[in-house]
Amino acid sequence: MTASSTPATVPAMQAWGRVRSGRRSADRALKVLATAATVLGAVVLGSILLMLIVEGVRGLTPALFTEPTPGPGSEGGGIANAILGSLVMTAIGIVIATPVGVMAGTYLAEYGRTSKLAALIRFLNDILLSAPSILIGLFVYTLMVRPMGSYSGWAGGVALAIIATPVIVRTTEDMLRLVPGALREAGAALGAPASVVIRQVTWRAAQTGMVTGVLLALARIAGETAPLLFTALNNNSWFSPNLMGGVPNLPVMIYQFALSPYDNWRQLAWAGALLITAAILALSIVARVVLRGGKSR
Amino acid sequence: MVALTENVALATSPAATRRAPSRLGDRIFRAAALGSALLVLVVLAGILAAIAYGGWPAFQTFGPGFLTSSAWNVGREEYGALVAIIGTLVSAVLALVIGVPISLGIAIYLTQLCPGWARRPVAMTIELLAAVPSIIYGMWGLFVFAPLFARFVQVPVSNLVEGMPIVGTLLYAQVPSGVGVLTAGIILAIMIVPFVASITRDMLDQIPTVLRESAYGIGCTTWEVVRHVLVPQASVSIIGAIMLGLGRALGETMAVTFVIGNANRLSASIFDPGSTIASRIANEFNEADGMQLNALMALGCILFVITFIVLIVARLLVRRAKVA
Repeated sequence: MTASSTPATVPAMQAWGRVRSGRRSADRALKVLATAATVLGAVVLGSILLMLIVEGVRGLTPALFTEPTPGPGSEGGGIANAILGSLVMTAIGIVIATPVGVMAGTYLAEYGRTSKLAALIRFLNDILLSAPSILIGLFVYTLMVRPMGSYSGWAGGVALAIIATPVIVRTTEDMLRLVPGALREAGAALGAPASVVIRQVTWRAAQTGMVTGVLLALARIAGETAPLLFTALNNNSWFSPNLMGGVPNLPVMIYQFALSPYDNWRQLAWAGALLITAAILALSIVARVVLRGGKSR
Repeated sequence: MVALTENVALATSPAATRRAPSRLGDRIFRAAALGSALLVLVVLAGILAAIAYGGWPAFQTFGPGFLTSSAWNVGREEYGALVAIIGTLVSAVLALVIGVPISLGIAIYLTQLCPGWARRPVAMTIELLAAVPSIIYGMWGLFVFAPLFARFVQVPVSNLVEGMPIVGTLLYAQVPSGVGVLTAGIILAIMIVPFVASITRDMLDQIPTVLRESAYGIGCTTWEVVRHVLVPQASVSIIGAIMLGLGRALGETMAVTFVIGNANRLSASIFDPGSTIASRIANEFNEADGMQLNALMALGCILFVITFIVLIVARLLVRRAKVA
């Protein structure tokens, strides 16, 4: 374009020089902007972590881990009940989601493959993967909270399971597809039925990738707030062992306490935010280390 | 046909009878896999059915006017979705406008410019940004970003554009508190950046090195390699990544609830508070009953439809680009 639009009267050298400087500045602009974008990302992460440490460390007292959340206007207190509630519901979520997600991913990668049904399920799984989590909260509210007449930890766990499942389906399928077909053929050639080949050969070959998927799903649901708002709600006391009634949990506690007028509530919210972020970031790092360890082997 | 003949052959051979029990296990395993896969389908249908069922009374009472009415009056039982729909779309579009260039910049930096030893830590930093829970972004947006934004952007810009046509309305903050639709857009942009950036980076990494090397070999600059070789090669996946970011921005709840101001009014200025579908549901659902609850469910239904359309469009774009 540039060459053809250059008038013939202009000496060739001059045109070349002009083009080159234009190319150079475009190149330099790209490099500067791309680097600036990356620095911006790092600065934001640093700023978030700094904020959590500055505001949260003061709240890290022994009472934080032993006492339940205080009522409105009362002094002190901890977040032990919220920590336990979060652990229980996340565990329920992952225990439901892992078998369902692994089996569904296996169907897509091993049985369905290119069939129309598999394509449809793959497509809908991708939609579920990016479906707004608050809608999943509304769904579980209609499905469980209303018929049971009460908020419950079970409803919270199921909501988290619905969020975790598509993550596991997707990673399982992706990891199984990476397994070379020759391995399956070798298994089948020994006379093993499909299910045995899948369990003994394909799953084993894709093991680390599938574990990473579960860890990533865990990291994803551990900090989810929106689906718990209408399912587990929150509670300023210990929850009953049958998990009925509002079950305290870290994310909703943070949401309610951070915007409250009480100083001790806000302090607890910051401490909770620090704990949950540290846990999730640690989990994500572990997931990546596991994946890398698997790759290098 | 092939399977049938295989079955016949197996049934006639003596080996088949010995293998019978394991074939049953095989069938059970297959059924379990199929059942789990179908569960995904059932859950998605269930979400739509449950929300549509809950929102039906509101659609029935207000008719199509629900979509175009900006009323939201609990006392008089008048509800309309317009303000929330516009807030959702505007904040998500702002997030894309701000977030996509940053994401592409990060992806290009990671694949083209970053020295080898720094690649892993830098990529890890960006990916950790994706792991931070949305409620933490909300707290950061409200307690760290909003005060800075009010002081260094909203106040000076409002003073500058006051009285000017168009810009004076678009960028004027009546109450420069830092929260508002633009703040929500910026926070959403930061939240979608790691997703779009890491998918784009993966796609750029998958492009054969030979292509890049030959472009550099004929004297291309980095910009020319990116613009004419890498981006055309990965354009399909980049569009997919952007659509994924859009889907996430549309439905994001907690971060937006913290920083958008939660006001039910239509304002021409992106500095003013507003609300999105998700933030309104999060704010009001637990205290709602009767028609308000139905109206909130109806809002959820609209959000579901919008997200669904975005993802389907993403798929169609990807398919068409693949054929081309």
